[in-house]
Amino acid sequence: MLTLQVNGTAHQVDVPDDMPLLWVLRDVLGLPGTKFGCGIGQCGACTVHVDGKAVRACSLPVSLVGRRPVTTIEGLAEDEVAAEVTKAWLEIDVVQCGYCQPGQIMAAIALLKGNLHPSDDEIDQAMSGNICRCGTYRRIRAAIRNVAGAV
Amino acid sequence: MRGLPHEAGGRALRRGRAFDLPGIGTIYAPNITPDSETGIGRYTDAQFDSAVRRGVGPGWRHLYPVMPYASYVKMTEEDVRAIRAYLMSLRPVHAPAPANQVRFPYNIRVAMIGWNLLYRPSGPLPDDPGRTAAWNRGRYLVEAAGHCGECHTPRTMLQALSMTKSYAGAMIDGWLAYNISSDVDSGIGAWSDTQLAAYLSTGHADGRGTAVGPMADVVSHSLRFLTPEDVAAMVTYLRSLPARRSDETIGVVSPETLAQLAPIHSNGERLFAGACTGCHLTDGHGRQVDFAALWGARSLGETDGRNLVRTMVEGGTLQTAHGAMVMPAFGPEYRNQDLADIANYAISHFGNREGHVTARDVAAARGGVSP
Amino acid sequence: MAMTTIAVSRRQALAGAGGLLMAVVLPRARSRAATVTRIVEDQTGPFAPNAFVRIAPDGSITLILPNVEMGQGIYTGEAMLIAEELDVGLDQIQIEAAPADEAYVTKALGTEATGGSTSTIATWKSLREAGAVARTLLIRAAADRWVVDPASCQSEAGVVRHVPTGRTLTYGELAVEAAALPVPSGPVALRDPSTFRLIGHAQHRLDGPAKVNGTATFGIDIQQPDMKIGTVAACPVMGGVLLHVDDRAARQVPGVRDVLTIGNAVCVVGDHYWAARKGLEALAITWDEGVNATVSTETVYRQLHEALQGPAIVANTKGDAKTAIKGAAARVEAVYQQPLLAHAPMEPINCTVHVTPERCDVWVGTQVPMRARDAAAEVTGLPKEKVFLHNQYIGGGFGRRLEHEYVTQAVQFARQVPYPLKVIWSREEDLTMDRYRPAYVDHLVGGLDAHGKLVGLSHRIVGPAVVARWAPEALLPNGVDDDLLVATVETPYAIPAMFLDYARRETPGVVTAWWRGVGGTRGVFVIESFIDELAASAKVDPVAFRRRMTEDRPRARAVLDLAAEKAEWGTTLPEGVGRGVALQYVFGSYLATVMEVEMSTMGTVRVRRAVVAVDCGRVVNPDQVVSQIEGGLIFGLSAALFNEVTLKNGRVQEKNFNTYRVLRMNESPAIEVHLIDSTEDPGGIGETGTAAAAAALANAMAAATGRRYRRLPLTGPQA
Repeated sequence: MLTLQVNGTAHQVDVPDDMPLLWVLRDVLGLPGTKFGCGIGQCGACTVHVDGKAVRACSLPVSLVGRRPVTTIEGLAEDEVAAEVTKAWLEIDVVQCGYCQPGQIMAAIALLKGNLHPSDDEIDQAMSGNICRCGTYRRIRAAIRNVAGAV
Repeated sequence: MRGLPHEAGGRALRRGRAFDLPGIGTIYAPNITPDSETGIGRYTDAQFDSAVRRGVGPGWRHLYPVMPYASYVKMTEEDVRAIRAYLMSLRPVHAPAPANQVRFPYNIRVAMIGWNLLYRPSGPLPDDPGRTAAWNRGRYLVEAAGHCGECHTPRTMLQALSMTKSYAGAMIDGWLAYNISSDVDSGIGAWSDTQLAAYLSTGHADGRGTAVGPMADVVSHSLRFLTPEDVAAMVTYLRSLPARRSDETIGVVSPETLAQLAPIHSNGERLFAGACTGCHLTDGHGRQVDFAALWGARSLGETDGRNLVRTMVEGGTLQTAHGAMVMPAFGPEYRNQDLADIANYAISHFGNREGHVTARDVAAARGGVSP
Repeated sequence: MAMTTIAVSRRQALAGAGGLLMAVVLPRARSRAATVTRIVEDQTGPFAPNAFVRIAPDGSITLILPNVEMGQGIYTGEAMLIAEELDVGLDQIQIEAAPADEAYVTKALGTEATGGSTSTIATWKSLREAGAVARTLLIRAAADRWVVDPASCQSEAGVVRHVPTGRTLTYGELAVEAAALPVPSGPVALRDPSTFRLIGHAQHRLDGPAKVNGTATFGIDIQQPDMKIGTVAACPVMGGVLLHVDDRAARQVPGVRDVLTIGNAVCVVGDHYWAARKGLEALAITWDEGVNATVSTETVYRQLHEALQGPAIVANTKGDAKTAIKGAAARVEAVYQQPLLAHAPMEPINCTVHVTPERCDVWVGTQVPMRARDAAAEVTGLPKEKVFLHNQYIGGGFGRRLEHEYVTQAVQFARQVPYPLKVIWSREEDLTMDRYRPAYVDHLVGGLDAHGKLVGLSHRIVGPAVVARWAPEALLPNGVDDDLLVATVETPYAIPAMFLDYARRETPGVVTAWWRGVGGTRGVFVIESFIDELAASAKVDPVAFRRRMTEDRPRARAVLDLAAEKAEWGTTLPEGVGRGVALQYVFGSYLATVMEVEMSTMGTVRVRRAVVAVDCGRVVNPDQVVSQIEGGLIFGLSAALFNEVTLKNGRVQEKNFNTYRVLRMNESPAIEVHLIDSTEDPGGIGETGTAAAAAALANAMAAATGRRYRRLPLTGPQA
């Protein structure tokens, strides 16, 4: 039995040690906002925050999370940077199919929390691990720039 | 130990792994399940012991020293019996190993008698009373059961281990088995005991990277099951190995320094940002798991990027207490030049030196053997 | 106010299966309505004059949208069409995915389907009519209540106002009475476009909020009580069957509940995906791989190239192209090759099914709801009206979900168990069990006269006929797949003499399918590459050459000129950088694309900039047109640069994003899209960018290096 801190709540979960955090979130805790895309850390659709850092939940065994707090797309309500990011995303109409967007947004928030005014290079470095098949990259970059300008 | 030679892709112990020996041929590890026809089911204790420790199978078939009997001869009879008892408890699998393809003159098995006379040690290592029990246990694990030198010590023309360059690193199956002598710059002299123990028992040490290739197999299937005492004993013994300097030292940039450096704008950097940072991050800290931390990895300190390229091409798997840590293979999709660019970027970024990996090197790595 | 009038057929919509319609309310509306709503044809009930509008006495206004949302923004566009005529704001409505029902059939596709960039073309009039009919009835109901002339009443934002007295009634207050009125059989007035409040004015996407806060439910997110999760291994060789499975080890995996088999696949079911996945890995499966076990990529290409010789079906003739070419001053000839492609949407294939003796519920994202429903009916033996299909947001379609074989498979597994079963394919299964865009080989010969003018074009296409499987009735009587005529016969150019023939060669070892841009994607690459080759032979600038061929095509000429101007065509570029142009007329829209590419001496390709000029007729939601072209280009660039599905021993080799590479943010070009004002009826837009990508890129690479690129992908070994 493991204790997981997710979106500010402690959960007791009885799962195998090697079970990736992604499936604990989706199939055990009922938080489907974090998406399954590739399972090998190549697409970023499963990006969540562990201790404030963007990680790929598909490749993080739940037993390695420990006591570090986990934040998912469902747990951003109180977060100021997240509010700005969400606003920018909607203002620019970034989303298309939307499937990769929770991961993109979590990656963007982690970037902005460490660096409120990232350069285009820094945006690329932080975001290029997140694939979008609909090709919303230009708008994602623009939205991140807008947040940087707004804060 | 070259991974589990008798295992291939999860079909444990039944199908022979191939050993490509340049200039000699291909030798397959045989079935060692208790199957009576294709395995070791009919071996007696004595026959098994003879095969393991003397390299002589039933019917006086002399084994090639790919089977590390020159190391195993140093094992105790009790341990060899214990191994046989374990193997006999497994489910028998009927699976003949493919025929070896060995060139003349190496295909004359009786030639091995002469080889054995020249190079095979005579028996188990007696404890050195002048050393601690831990050192003696460590020596047993490193020299005999673990046969570390089989990979990490270069071989002579006749496939014997070089005594003058013991543990100074060697090429094996196209991989560089690193210098694990106590040389500070090119070996493990600068590693802390904690780092060494962590690496041996988990395949990863902070600031030293993660085991890949055959060493990942060794950790996955063997070392990680050792008791902490045995790991500590190995560390004790490894520390006592004489320093042997090899050509290349290790260069590393700390994550703190990396954060200060101006970005490099290159094809390699772009590709790294897309395909690699998802797991490794640009500062080498690794993202979700420590196993993905690149900081201090030896593979990024070698300017020819030999192991690095091989890992990028083939990917790899390290079994850990938290499940399998998998690096996907990038060889099938990325062009040789792209992989060379990524390698050179990573070597400069994390290794603080100029990589000189070429598209040709990548092409060679795809063939499984270095140029 | 000028009004156009059109006839509306009576209650064309509600017909369907006994008037019973099921609909899933999408997340945006979740807080305001039940998750499942039943519509019955009840004159006293909620006001539902057709299949697209429903107004309840509580004031809730529900728009039922005939096309599925998979990123293209169609929910927003179609809601705008209805809301414009219904006279409600987008903040006053809730939207629902259409159920599987005849009322939502897209005529051009022969079934209820979202694809081929047809949605806006198909619904441009019909959805406005649906809104207008509803508004007319609401106004009449108000007039009846007040006993006044309907002409003295106006609608505005969900309210009917009696102008002389200022009295108002909300649509909700009128719903019951409006429902009692007969639906008009005659013409209904539609708004004059000059009075549009919504259409043509950028509106934010209705699905935006749910998609940024994580509450949007995709098929893969469905949760049902007692649901279990399965993952599948199908025979890796197409056509192979399951011989034997040893599941002893799999059943030992904690959390594994069942191991199910069908003819060609095994499904391990667990409490969660991880258990199922570990269980699947623990199976020892023996397949009979069948006849395709020897197929390789070389086999595929060899068969295609061989068919460049020998018989073919004449698909199109205009003038005497062969004679014209024979008499030409110069002759240009080229063979182009395009690979098999996977769809690789971000959401892996999934389908949730619950089969009971009485009914079957299917929760899935599908582009073909009726086909999916019918497949479930066939597998379960239940009548169609006992199958309830709940269509969900699709995490990227691109044509993949015009197929429904994964629904059939999921129902085949789910009927073996009593609980709801969610089947999720791994990414590896998704890529290796895709239905692929076909490989094609094209051979073109063109003749130029002494002035460098094209006098004749002869063209042979070799490849599969996807339509022959997907909609056999739509295969032309002569055996030609008319999708192949897109962009090859219908070009933006005046070509005096043309000859096109077609050698059909089905691809062994895979099932071929539609893929974003369909015939346009393959056709534009071939034609626009060849136009560039002709221009080079004529020693004429590629844009100038195209201008000469579009003298009597003003819409084509206008986009070409605009793109050239905005891209600064003709200005000097640094060494190693080249510009390429592509002009196209597909899906009823004109696009000109100028791509700028930088080539390193090491062969690295970097797309720097893309400029697109578009005339897609009247624009419904301008920013979404821009968005579709941006995204379509990126999708097309991924394929053009990197993608090729290869076969070895009948098995697809590309298994995940490490081996099926897609364009990433730092590889994406700057993209500018310029829209031309137009009053023509709308054209399609969702696939146009993808169709443009490869040709513009290949032409830019040729300009940068001086050599032609006739094989896709452009950075692959074939190029």
